[in-house]
Amino acid sequence: MAEFSEALFSIFFIETLLNGLLLGGILALLSLGLNLIFGVIDVVWICYAEIIMVGMYLIFWLNTDLGLHIIPSMFLGILFTGFVGWLTHKLVISKLINAAPINQLIATGGLLFFFQGAAMIVFGIEFRNMGISLGSLALSEDIYLSWTRLLSFAISGIIVIILYVFLSKSYLGAAIRAISQDREIMTLMGVDTKKLYLMTSAIGGGLAGLAGCLLVLQYDVHPFIGLSFGPITFIICVMGGLGNMVGGFLAAFIFSELITIGGYFAEIEWGYVLAFVFFIAMMFLKPEGLFTRKS
Amino acid sequence: MLRISKLNAGYGSFQALFNIDIEVNFGEAVAVIGPNGAGKTTLMRAVSGLIPVKSGSVDMEGVDLINTPSHDIVKLGIAHVPEHRRLFPRMSVEDNMKMGSFSPQFREKYAERLEFVYNLFPRMKERRNQLAGTMSGGEQQMCAIGRALMSDPKILLMDEPSAGLAPVIVQQVFELIDKIKSDGLTVLIVEQNVKQVLKVVDRAYILEAGSLRMQGSSKKLLGSKEVQKAYLGM
Ligand SMILES: Nc1ncnc2c1ncn2[C@@H]1O[C@H](COP(=O)(O)OP(=O)(O)O)[C@@H](O)[C@H]1O
Ligand SMILES: [Mg+2]
Repeated sequence: MAEFSEALFSIFFIETLLNGLLLGGILALLSLGLNLIFGVIDVVWICYAEIIMVGMYLIFWLNTDLGLHIIPSMFLGILFTGFVGWLTHKLVISKLINAAPINQLIATGGLLFFFQGAAMIVFGIEFRNMGISLGSLALSEDIYLSWTRLLSFAISGIIVIILYVFLSKSYLGAAIRAISQDREIMTLMGVDTKKLYLMTSAIGGGLAGLAGCLLVLQYDVHPFIGLSFGPITFIICVMGGLGNMVGGFLAAFIFSELITIGGYFAEIEWGYVLAFVFFIAMMFLKPEGLFTRKS
Repeated sequence: MLRISKLNAGYGSFQALFNIDIEVNFGEAVAVIGPNGAGKTTLMRAVSGLIPVKSGSVDMEGVDLINTPSHDIVKLGIAHVPEHRRLFPRMSVEDNMKMGSFSPQFREKYAERLEFVYNLFPRMKERRNQLAGTMSGGEQQMCAIGRALMSDPKILLMDEPSAGLAPVIVQQVFELIDKIKSDGLTVLIVEQNVKQVLKVVDRAYILEAGSLRMQGSSKKLLGSKEVQKAYLGM
């Protein structure tokens, strides 16, 4: 017991909490685009993490193989995934907009394998690393925080604020909130719903590309990388209440703290176990999402 | 101003409207009355382009509405207050108003129109930050009418604005329609509340089972034996 309380007040525990916070920032960004698309179009993009992977590869390729500077590479990566999001809606979802949800799931699941396969054909199955290290920030003699994580956290925070202001203040943002409440009546408001869906899909795809920019600095790229954070992204969205962006944002931090705290007391794998157990328990106790009011 | 001719419309193979001819002139208030299931809502939806038309024409000041994309119809000056109000329930009253002036051409007049609507419904100004879905039925109806007026329309289509409201509120809704009309706005309204609506409109059409049965001035219809027996319970 004494050992436990010692561990709790140790300086390393504070580092753990901070790292959890930083991880939460990037998980929040991951869930944002998926939640936006679900909230507006009512379709779950099973292949969302694979669009992030596409972004990561493109940035990697532009930067490492073509020698383009990292900033324009990232910019092009975001544009391209935005286009991929647009195409995903145009070619697949729009044809299934009134279909049963299971058919939509199967179609976006099919896209997941398509993106994986395409990445394998083009880039092979090797792990690719950009080899960029930003080093870490020493808060004290014992506490180090990685600059890439700090940067990711800051960018996630900025994007969340921009998205919040966009959704609550602009006409387009209001339309995006409104269309999920009554699609048909949007036509009477003069909204071209097909165009609005395409625009939302492009924004969602662009957010995936942005997540790709931050992930490519921290992780190796390979065709199956989507599988390592896709499921977490879904769980966070479900935990926050699918389509509820604020809920997803908060859930990302709960989830990341559980992972890092679990990892602090045991191995990091136990952190994931802890987070998943929490998720399963929540599914029994509050299946509509942690932050969803019953209607 | 609005001319519907030989209109046939329905859902899939089911035909709900047969050869409808209706005309609304500038500054007029016209009602279409008929029992439940007569096709009143279908008529409104056909004008606004929410359902495809089988044949016939709908013309607004010389523009053919049938070949106009449905989201462009509001830009021609046609605002539609739909059946059951259909507000955005989880958005504030003011955000609902904002959606009413969504089209870029209406946005510059947003502040002016908002003031106009709040003058018409001081209640909406008080409730402007409340979620629309949490208001009473009467308030929601005001919000729905306000939202439609945000686009400064030439003609207001109203689909049973009095349905589901308490008698006192129904009275207020018809007083409001009377006021809107005397302010010079053209109105096409569908109603089952025949007695009340005939007091505020100039002319009316009677729709039964998808076909027009009768038409004439409100005075003439109020005096007609047939109407009195079928709709006024006399
Ligand atoms: N979405 C729909 N699909 C099929 N039939 C419909 C639909 N909506 C209405 N109808 C039918 O069309 C007819 C006219 O309906 P409606 O226009 O709603 O009547 P009203 O508004 O006068 O009560 C009714 O017979 C109704 O059952
Ligand atoms: Mg009706």
